[in-house]
Amino acid sequence: MSTAFPKAAKVALGMPQLRSNLAHATGTIRGKRAKVVGELDDWERLRDTAAAIKADVQHRMPELAVAFERNATAAGATVHWARDGAEANRIAARITRDAGAEEVVKVKSMATQEIELNEHFAAEGLSAWETDLAELIVQLADDRPSHILVPAIHYNRTEIRDIFRGRMADAPKGLTDDPAALAEAARLHLRRRFLSAKVAVSGANFAVAETGSLVVVESEGNGRMCLTMPETLISIVGVEKLLPRYEDLEVFMQLLPRSSTGERMNPYTSVWTGATEGDGPKDVHIILLDNGRTEVLADEVGRQALSCIRCSACLNVCPVYERTGGHAYGHVYPGPIGAILAPQLEPGRHDDLPYASSLCGACYEVCPVKIDIPEVLVHLRQQGPHGAGEKAAMGAAEAVMARPALWRAALAAARFLSRPWRGRGFVRRLPWPASKWTVSRDMPVPPKESFRDWWKERER
Amino acid sequence: MSRIGLFITCVNDALYPQTPKAVVAVLERLGYEVDFPRAQTCCGQMHANSGFRKDAAKLAKSFDRVFGSYDAVVTPSGSCAAMARDQYPGLIGGDIGERVYELSEFLLDHAGVEDVGARFPHTVAYHPTCHGTRALGLGDKPLRLLRAVGGIELVDLPAAEQCCGFGGTFALKNSEVSSAMLEDKCRNAAGTGAEYLAAADNSCLTHIGGGLTRTGGPRPIHYAEILASTA
Repeated sequence: MSTAFPKAAKVALGMPQLRSNLAHATGTIRGKRAKVVGELDDWERLRDTAAAIKADVQHRMPELAVAFERNATAAGATVHWARDGAEANRIAARITRDAGAEEVVKVKSMATQEIELNEHFAAEGLSAWETDLAELIVQLADDRPSHILVPAIHYNRTEIRDIFRGRMADAPKGLTDDPAALAEAARLHLRRRFLSAKVAVSGANFAVAETGSLVVVESEGNGRMCLTMPETLISIVGVEKLLPRYEDLEVFMQLLPRSSTGERMNPYTSVWTGATEGDGPKDVHIILLDNGRTEVLADEVGRQALSCIRCSACLNVCPVYERTGGHAYGHVYPGPIGAILAPQLEPGRHDDLPYASSLCGACYEVCPVKIDIPEVLVHLRQQGPHGAGEKAAMGAAEAVMARPALWRAALAAARFLSRPWRGRGFVRRLPWPASKWTVSRDMPVPPKESFRDWWKERER
Repeated sequence: MSRIGLFITCVNDALYPQTPKAVVAVLERLGYEVDFPRAQTCCGQMHANSGFRKDAAKLAKSFDRVFGSYDAVVTPSGSCAAMARDQYPGLIGGDIGERVYELSEFLLDHAGVEDVGARFPHTVAYHPTCHGTRALGLGDKPLRLLRAVGGIELVDLPAAEQCCGFGGTFALKNSEVSSAMLEDKCRNAAGTGAEYLAAADNSCLTHIGGGLTRTGGPRPIHYAEILASTA
């Protein structure tokens, strides 16, 4: 079994600035979310409805995908199918070259992060420029996103100023860490890119089968620029983003902004259907991406992970994520949703992530589409692999606990053997592997008289 | 008269006899007769949550055998009750899980009692443990019982709803993250200045208490012991 997470988590825990940035940022978003969710008295019904729509999509995926293709094509889009990330990247690079371009501007997109489109483009001699402020920061820093919605959550503004000063060629002289000054610097930098770009690459939050429409939900307006100004638009969309009907958006547009940024409504929502003469891109391409999703669909318990709308509410409430940050998860999808998505999208890898949770259930409580993350975590844990030591310990525990007489004898033995420590009441240091407990906690000592003894005495 | 079986949990069986004794005291004070079937061991939660489904199913079956004939099973643990109610149907089928009550559920929903006639003249902070609060949906039930206790002074625990970092084998497999969560819980608990930190799960209290004996702070106590107190 991989031990990448515990190791990376240990490193992250040793970075006080990171912990303080994360605690501050997640705490702020948590508060905002709770406030706007509390305003809706039908929140639970919205969640139930969204979960039902997503379950329906999962049952009818092939039918809906084909309907989407038919309707998007009829509206003037070209629909491509990509089995995996490599295929999607190849198609996107080919379209870019065919358009006579060597660079693209990008709308923030988890699908393209998942398939490492930027890295693939670079390897092919093409450039992909992130235009979402936080993605831009991460790209300039030559770093990786650490949060689904707030990819630069691990930086504070002073660190961002330093990145701009050091890495952004056209950063204004004497740039301060004032948020308005940082935003202005990014705005000027990005505007030049928007005005010169021939091709844009986006993802999509929703793909409506009934109409063939795509939807992008965003805050900064960079998405609207990318989606409307370049001549060619390439949208890479995971097949799980399908929704049957246009009216389904009514449910998700109430759930998503509240769950993600803690807003009643996000500033920019773009909906487009194929190509429209004289309005927006002329050449509209949609790449429907599988990349492991249909395999996940085959797992009756695990498939609910495909309901995810990438809001990040689970990250923001997760006590583990809050302390380790996203990089420790070693996958583009971090936090609770990543812990159930990463090992399913890449079977055989990330098998330590289902254990990166205390099963506290805070994620399930806030999930707008009611993914029972603890249930899926336990389900994935059942698939193992389990270490030999753990197997032996669990087997022994079961063998004792399944035999009441043996269990009583074991407890009596523990009471007898622990007598030397009874006076103090606890043990401070235990040998490995129990030392993993006593590294930060004392171990209580069994009592002199058990409940069973007391009960027996009482019954006399 | 319905038959009530007491499930004390393996943790209390091994370490905390005072908690099930307190449950017996409270229930008997309210006029209930309680039975303690000796063949009980563990609900299987550790095995289930660690991914050892077969072992968990064996323990669940043995729980069903031991408690199958009771009308109600009362237990002083939110997480063990959640195990029976949430996971038993999928593991072994049957309806035994529906008859397992965490103590506060039994008192409020079954017995219809909020004031159990207790007195505990101390300052107490309450930590809502995760499985009880969220998986089982206890909400503020234990707290409602505590509010009715004579002489008690309840103080707010900051970030109360955040997990203490125990999580069963999580505490060992991700010991560092677990310890970081514990550190914050202990700091918040100590900051309340309370004499006691109460909760509905002694496994969580073992974890928090194991930290508090090092950092200093309130004494961990199962809330059933407060309800039993008539001091």
